[in-house]
Amino acid sequence: MQDEVKIKAAARRQFLFDSAKIACGAGMLGLGVGLYAKQARALPPTAIRPPGAGAEPAFLGACIRCGMCVRDCPYKILDLAKLEQDIATGTPYFTARSGPCEMCDDIPCVKACPTGALDPQLKNVDKARMGLAVLVDHESCLNYLGLRCDVCYRVCPLIDKAITLEPQHNARTGKHTLFIPAVHSDRCTGCGKCEQACVLEAAAIRVFPRHLAKGQIGGHYRLGWEEQKKAGKPLIEGIIDLPDRMPETAK
Amino acid sequence: MKQGIGVEAIRAKGWLAAHQWLLARRATQLGVLALFLAGPWLGYWIVKGNLNYSLTLGVLPLADPYVLLQSLIAGHRPERNALIGVAIVLAVYFLVGGRAYCAWVCPVNIATDAAYRVRARLGVRGSARLVRASRYWILAMTLVLAWITGTIAWELVNPVSMLHRGIIFGMGAGWLVIVTVFLLDLFVAERAWCGHLCPVGAFYSVIGKFSPLRVSAVRRAQCNDCADCYAVCPEPLVIKPALKGAEEGIGPVILSPHCTNCGRCIDVCSKDVFAFGTRFNNRIELRGNNEGPAMRATAKPV
Repeated sequence: MQDEVKIKAAARRQFLFDSAKIACGAGMLGLGVGLYAKQARALPPTAIRPPGAGAEPAFLGACIRCGMCVRDCPYKILDLAKLEQDIATGTPYFTARSGPCEMCDDIPCVKACPTGALDPQLKNVDKARMGLAVLVDHESCLNYLGLRCDVCYRVCPLIDKAITLEPQHNARTGKHTLFIPAVHSDRCTGCGKCEQACVLEAAAIRVFPRHLAKGQIGGHYRLGWEEQKKAGKPLIEGIIDLPDRMPETAK
Repeated sequence: MKQGIGVEAIRAKGWLAAHQWLLARRATQLGVLALFLAGPWLGYWIVKGNLNYSLTLGVLPLADPYVLLQSLIAGHRPERNALIGVAIVLAVYFLVGGRAYCAWVCPVNIATDAAYRVRARLGVRGSARLVRASRYWILAMTLVLAWITGTIAWELVNPVSMLHRGIIFGMGAGWLVIVTVFLLDLFVAERAWCGHLCPVGAFYSVIGKFSPLRVSAVRRAQCNDCADCYAVCPEPLVIKPALKGAEEGIGPVILSPHCTNCGRCIDVCSKDVFAFGTRFNNRIELRGNNEGPAMRATAKPV
């Protein structure tokens, strides 16, 4: 009887020790994978997700790494990230400089996605927000130097909407005009055609993840001229219009 | 004193009969891979995707319930195709035995079986003492991790999907993980990965807890205690109750969810003790009435 109790107690101790051992092992493994997962959320700026992908942490919870989007991309621009890359293992991405998104009308990659990691609500590819093009280098951009390169503007699938050319005075020559490519974040899909087409050795215009590319104005800011337009009248009633007084000499 | 494992069975039944389930299993594993590779290699798109999700002939979706569960815990509600795929996979593996996935489909199994053979050939002795329940703790850990990180964190390192995806989409440095698993099985502990650690196998064992298709020691009375079945079994603990439980009133069906339904025990048994059957034919034979034909009669459904 006594022996039986002892054996039972020993077995219980062994079970607890074993459990503690496994818990420690699993915990350590979990810690390692967890920290790695935290790192993996920092998507490198050159890797762009296919259309319809949400913010990176949400995407990594939704994408099951099946590669269906890779298979159904007619231009074969997508790839699944490999272990040694900085991109979360097995997730799809493309690199704008070497192979930008061709913005298919029927968005086959989104249709292929079984989980909705690429949002099936995205029906119009012009509404995709894969990233945002930014003219990062004003020093090497040929248009900034006063030439008429215009290539990024010409290749943009949303020409005159996502990229426009803004005339500016050329202070260097004093008599010419600079045609500055300006990206409009409300229309740019981040397809990367401009980055691919940039004629420089290293692109002056590049697509970045939107959270890196976009500033945000303070929520309390009101732009007076827009508020006035909305209101349809001056914002402050009864501003006294003083008479214009010119200098004596101008008379 | 004792000859090599399975030698007796080869002598009794012939080489082919003593390897039929092993061959069927390898053919299935390679066949599944071939179906997936026919597209990227030859341009015949029968199956697209990988083991996490695939679409066969453009109509049949199959999805891995384990990865979808992690996605769900991470906070994402999957779309219809993934859900249909999960339902089909759950139903199939419930029927054929959850861990049939491990033995018949999983590509890592080929690597770990190879490690096991090399281990025997080299005569590697000694094995780190791993607890077989570790896999459930790791399984739980992966689910907790999905919840904490809000991402499918385990997929970053999961050797199972990494190998299958790698073969189809490009391996990169993923080979390192597979080599690590191979060396772990070879030098650190026998059957370390598939038999002790892999959370995918643990998950599928849960699916197959009540699977109808089971290996049964139907003619256990003929067992000559050669122990070849224990030697080849990747989960040797599952055999004993069924094979030796007649005295304690335990039926001949291997009911443990850890059994991978690989059928290797059927192959190596020179006495044809084991056979595939259902979990329902688990009647305990009457003593003294255990000759072959009579046994078979009692093993039929009541």
